[in-house]
Amino acid sequence: MRIDIRLPLGLLFMVFGLLLSGFGLVSDKGLYQRSLQVNINLWWGLVMLAFGTAMLTLGRRSHRRLSADEPGAASQTKSTSAPE
Amino acid sequence: MLTAIDWTIMIVYFAFVLGIGVALKRSTKTSSDFFLAGRSIPAWVCGLAFISANLGAQEVIGMGASGAKYGIATSHFYWIGAIPAMVFVGVFMMPFYYGSRARSVPEYLRLRFDEKTRGFNAISFATMTVFSSGISMYAMAKLIQTLHVFDAPFEKLGLPLSWVFHAGILVAAAVVLAYIFLGGLSSAIYNEVVQFFLIVAGFLPLVWLGLRNVGGWSGLKATLDASYTHSWIGMGSAHTNRLGVEWFGLAMGLGFVLSFGYWCTDFLVVQRAMAADSMSAARRTPLIAAFPKMLFPVLVILPGLIAIALPTQSTSTVAAVSNTAVAAPAGTGLIPAKLDADTGRPVRDSQGRVQLDYDLAIPNMLLHYFPTGILGLGLTALLASFMSGMAGNVTAFNTVWTYDIYQSYINPKATDQHYLWMGRMATVFGIALSIAAAYMASRFNNIMDMLQLVFAFVNAPLFATFLLGMFWKRTTGHGAFTGLLAGTTSAALHHALTLPAGAAPGVKGGWLATLHLYPSEMAQNFWTAIFAWSACFIVTILVSLATRPHEESRLAGLVYSLTERPKSHDLSWYQRPEILAVVALAIALVLNVIFM
Repeated sequence: MRIDIRLPLGLLFMVFGLLLSGFGLVSDKGLYQRSLQVNINLWWGLVMLAFGTAMLTLGRRSHRRLSADEPGAASQTKSTSAPE
Repeated sequence: MLTAIDWTIMIVYFAFVLGIGVALKRSTKTSSDFFLAGRSIPAWVCGLAFISANLGAQEVIGMGASGAKYGIATSHFYWIGAIPAMVFVGVFMMPFYYGSRARSVPEYLRLRFDEKTRGFNAISFATMTVFSSGISMYAMAKLIQTLHVFDAPFEKLGLPLSWVFHAGILVAAAVVLAYIFLGGLSSAIYNEVVQFFLIVAGFLPLVWLGLRNVGGWSGLKATLDASYTHSWIGMGSAHTNRLGVEWFGLAMGLGFVLSFGYWCTDFLVVQRAMAADSMSAARRTPLIAAFPKMLFPVLVILPGLIAIALPTQSTSTVAAVSNTAVAAPAGTGLIPAKLDADTGRPVRDSQGRVQLDYDLAIPNMLLHYFPTGILGLGLTALLASFMSGMAGNVTAFNTVWTYDIYQSYINPKATDQHYLWMGRMATVFGIALSIAAAYMASRFNNIMDMLQLVFAFVNAPLFATFLLGMFWKRTTGHGAFTGLLAGTTSAALHHALTLPAGAAPGVKGGWLATLHLYPSEMAQNFWTAIFAWSACFIVTILVSLATRPHEESRLAGLVYSLTERPKSHDLSWYQRPEILAVVALAIALVLNVIFM
């Protein structure tokens, strides 16, 4: 595998998380009548942001570890060390 | 009702999906990269792709619909259906699929049996994938049109609203085409992993809000009849449960024949495991997949139950009746009455009761609970599930077409670069054929029903062939082929001689005579499968005994008794297939008991 899937996945969830929680902060309270008065955009946005950050961190850590193991082979992130 | 934030989320997602395809194009250099992802994917990634490829329109919309119709008994499709079958394919069958170095399931059949068995399987499978991807495309476009959420931009441009349907089909097809054309199976698998997380992210808050609203599981139990909230009560007889099937038909037909037939022999899912980076990763793929899979009833069945438990909506914010002057009778909960497509009048059954449009259970839940913002995420999740199902079909099709049909019968001696090119071309015409099938489904619903019936006949006996092929070395090619034909024929015969209660003879069965009446269509389906499997099993054994056995030297790596067991004692405990299998089965058992 050439790219660790956790990097793009983490990035996408961070972007979604920022979009949703940011919108949740500025949006009108009346919007949340249908979601039982819960500001679901803000809260779920934060959950997605946290998940995205975690994925990105894990992906980057294994990327860095592999680069350290094989000097000069940083581009070959064959992530056999992924947690299973 | 969608605002800028919803559109932004959808556009970001589509851009991201295409970005993955573009990023993977550089590393797709050989046909093995394109069709097998270079056999380099770690087990957990394959595992998530394994369930995601199956999470198409039928799964998400259909399971929500069944949840609303049958209640928690729908979980049988998971807890006695999918999970044991996934455990079986991982522990017992993957050593032969992966170990034989076959590049597809039909190719395994050629190595184990002969050319005609492979040809039969390859051609029926390739046709089937094209049609199923067309049918799910049709279902998606139809749903998008019914929901009316994407109408605004079309109205603004002055386009007729029927274009929403065409745009739905074309956009989904173009996106899937682009990312598979560029990156092949790796691209499909990467996207499936993202789609998996996106589906969870879109549906989990929905279930949370819904449960909060109805007072949790205990609230659901208090509102709904016990037949909705217990999966095993009344299974002693077909007339005392919502499914209309008795326990034996359920366990044998669904739990054994149909589920094992799908999860253990369908190349669409098996292909994901064949892309794994090692034998132990390939075996772990379905086992890792089993864990999230057994929790999926929460995401897809519960919303259906919640939708039926809610008070019936009077001023509806949700999709119900469209473009019709007839006052529609109320549905139940969030589920509207089903309307006849031609007359716009509600459909009634033989007793005059109004039929419900269960397929709208999950979409209406999204529209009911989600404000703008997260609604964009929910719709993106829905679109992602449609695309992952379609991509699964397309990648399986291009591989079987290129390796098992084109390379075997049309052009066997071309270069690897030529097959890579052919794979990309197969992606293009596979998708073009799917689009044609989608339009055919919108015009000639009956033809599609009939085709699906024929596929069901062809598929039902398959697992008997694989079981005998892998575990009985005496099975011969002639035996396998005759068995398959016998199984398919007896499926058709059984269908021709039986009828579900309340149906007219025709595409529902009984087109020769009605010897037996089943209490439900599901019971008839399960028993058709049981008959097909048994006929195939018996005929394969008889013909094999009467024909010359294969030489044992040819069967090494293909049959259980002539293959070295894959070693797993040097793996950590949580990587050993046997341990994962036992844990998965134990949890599935506990879930059955909890919701009994």
